[in-house]
Amino acid sequence: MSDILSTVFLASLLSGGVITAVPLVFAGLGEAISERAGVLNVGLEGMMLSGAYVAFVVSLNFDSVWLGFFAGGLMGMIVSLLMVVFCVRLNTNQIVIGIAITLGAEGVTALLHNARYSDTYPRLPNAEVFDVPLVSKIPVFGDGLFSHHPSAYLAVGLVIGATWLMRSTGIGLSIKAAGDQPHALEAAGGDPRATRTLAVLIAGFLAGVGGAHIALVGAGLFVPAVTHGAGFIAIVLAMLARGHFSWIVAGAVLIGMSLSLTTALQLVGVDIPIDAVQMLPFLLILAVLFVFGRDSYLPAALALPYERDAH
Amino acid sequence: MTMLPSSSGVEADLEAIVPATESRLRKRVNTVLMAVLPVIAASVVGAVLLGALGRDPISFYANVIDHGLIGSLGRQESLIRMAPLLLIAAGLMIAFPAGIWNLGTDGQFVMAGVVVAAVGPELAPRTSGWVLFPILFAIGFAVGAAWSIVPAVMKAWFGMNEIITTLMTTFLGLSFSALLVKEYFDDPSTTVPQTKVLAVSDRLPKLFDTRVHVGLVVGLVAVLGVHYMMTRTAFGLRLRIVGMNPAAAQHAGMNMKALTLSIFLLSSGFAGLAAAVDIAGVQGVVRAEWNPSFGFTVIPLVFLARFHGPSVIAFIGAFAVLSIGGESASRKADLPNFFVLVLVALMLLFLAVSEYLQAKSAKAHMT
Repeated sequence: MSDILSTVFLASLLSGGVITAVPLVFAGLGEAISERAGVLNVGLEGMMLSGAYVAFVVSLNFDSVWLGFFAGGLMGMIVSLLMVVFCVRLNTNQIVIGIAITLGAEGVTALLHNARYSDTYPRLPNAEVFDVPLVSKIPVFGDGLFSHHPSAYLAVGLVIGATWLMRSTGIGLSIKAAGDQPHALEAAGGDPRATRTLAVLIAGFLAGVGGAHIALVGAGLFVPAVTHGAGFIAIVLAMLARGHFSWIVAGAVLIGMSLSLTTALQLVGVDIPIDAVQMLPFLLILAVLFVFGRDSYLPAALALPYERDAH
Repeated sequence: MTMLPSSSGVEADLEAIVPATESRLRKRVNTVLMAVLPVIAASVVGAVLLGALGRDPISFYANVIDHGLIGSLGRQESLIRMAPLLLIAAGLMIAFPAGIWNLGTDGQFVMAGVVVAAVGPELAPRTSGWVLFPILFAIGFAVGAAWSIVPAVMKAWFGMNEIITTLMTTFLGLSFSALLVKEYFDDPSTTVPQTKVLAVSDRLPKLFDTRVHVGLVVGLVAVLGVHYMMTRTAFGLRLRIVGMNPAAAQHAGMNMKALTLSIFLLSSGFAGLAAAVDIAGVQGVVRAEWNPSFGFTVIPLVFLARFHGPSVIAFIGAFAVLSIGGESASRKADLPNFFVLVLVALMLLFLAVSEYLQAKSAKAHMT
């Protein structure tokens, strides 16, 4: 009896953890790239929400999860254009604009949802999972880790790809220079503003995809504020990772597992306060920071506007 | 991210060119215009949205003004709402110019609110108001400050970025306060998890014969006091130097650790005091998962007011009218309250544009 319970428990913990982690990975990766380029994107939550809503509508009307993902990403990118105009071109305050984007997106998506779906509250069909050959047959872990919608594997692939991009390509170098030494980049013939624009658009797209995952795979529906603060958790993950994109995955899985721990525990009849469990990952991260975080480093020009005539 | 109200240099330049009185008047008119035009622009865009949603924009805005400003009940509600917002703003007016990005006010606010709501009803029968309120205020301030000790120490000693740590302490505070209400401070006589209720007769005294409590005065004094401290005292000057140029501050022999700690504790203490005032003034009780997320909207307002006390009061007053009036107007128009968020977002964007234009014209004057 008890080993059946623990199998159910573990599989639900892993699987729920991954489903919660995937949007954090997408959005966290986007934020990390944007921060590397020097733009602190506090509007991430708003971009995720916009992505979630549009992905939901598109997927509902065209009956295609992938089209939903793409539309969600595109919407996130469109919203991030505000960030480009205000924070990269006009150099207004990044935190003010970020908060404005989040508030506005929360309001607009809720209004649209209210106008169109408040009577019917439609649900999406379950997104189809993809069983990774061979490894998905491993008991417990196969079900928990290797039987997910393909976007989960895509997220991990993107993290690897982005790591390579930052390390081994000129674009990666430009992005890092735009965040650390924008004037040096300019002197070397690069364009800090164009680089930051690119990074912000990438972040918007990835945040939109992350939001789309919440609506299409995680919740299977849209309700106002469905992202539930995931954007802010992603900001924290990106800042903690400080350029090591793989740490985003680790942190996202840690947080995802903690959040799904309560559901998993309820499944086996253990009732512990959900609020206490939700504190665990952050307590753990703070403890780790306290012990190891003494050489904290963030891009030198993070959140500072770039002005050509400043020097 | 200018840490200081950057206009002072420009003022001097302008005054050299134009006679003093004329320039001052023009500056005043300009400042007011630059604050009012964005609000008008946002309202126009909002009106288009309302039209698209099939609602009458004119009656919506009339309701906002009527229920938030003109009607006596609504005006009192707006003034009541201002009290905690002003106190949060006072704290941010200390932190932001000093270059400390305390984004954790919501966690500090909610933690303090829960503790004050738990202690208040226990203490009230045993003391009189003159003792009770100072104690509750002190508890609120202390809990708010305590909730930022970890970010403060990590910033002061390890240089750990406070945006990460204060966001995390917010997540922690929201969960922990919910846990406290459900498991420890729960009033067993109610079905929903909530603290005991502070009797209406034990709440903060009211001003004149209105429903507005003295918390409003506390908030106004705090904002003006902080404004004075930051602009007219040596301590305030030190904080601004730390914000503008930490290296220079260190070279000048300032005790950076002590300064960083005091910035955090003061700033989050005010957020805690805001909660104490709100609980002892109007709420009287905290339900599990209570989070009005006041801090989140006050942060951009404080920036846009450029940490200038009277402007902060004006912005927060306008925001309170919009929130309170907007709630009733949305109800009447059968819209979800989310519409107010859209209006606030639009105003922030247009205010940022106006800030950009002002900075640009200031630069043009200097060259």
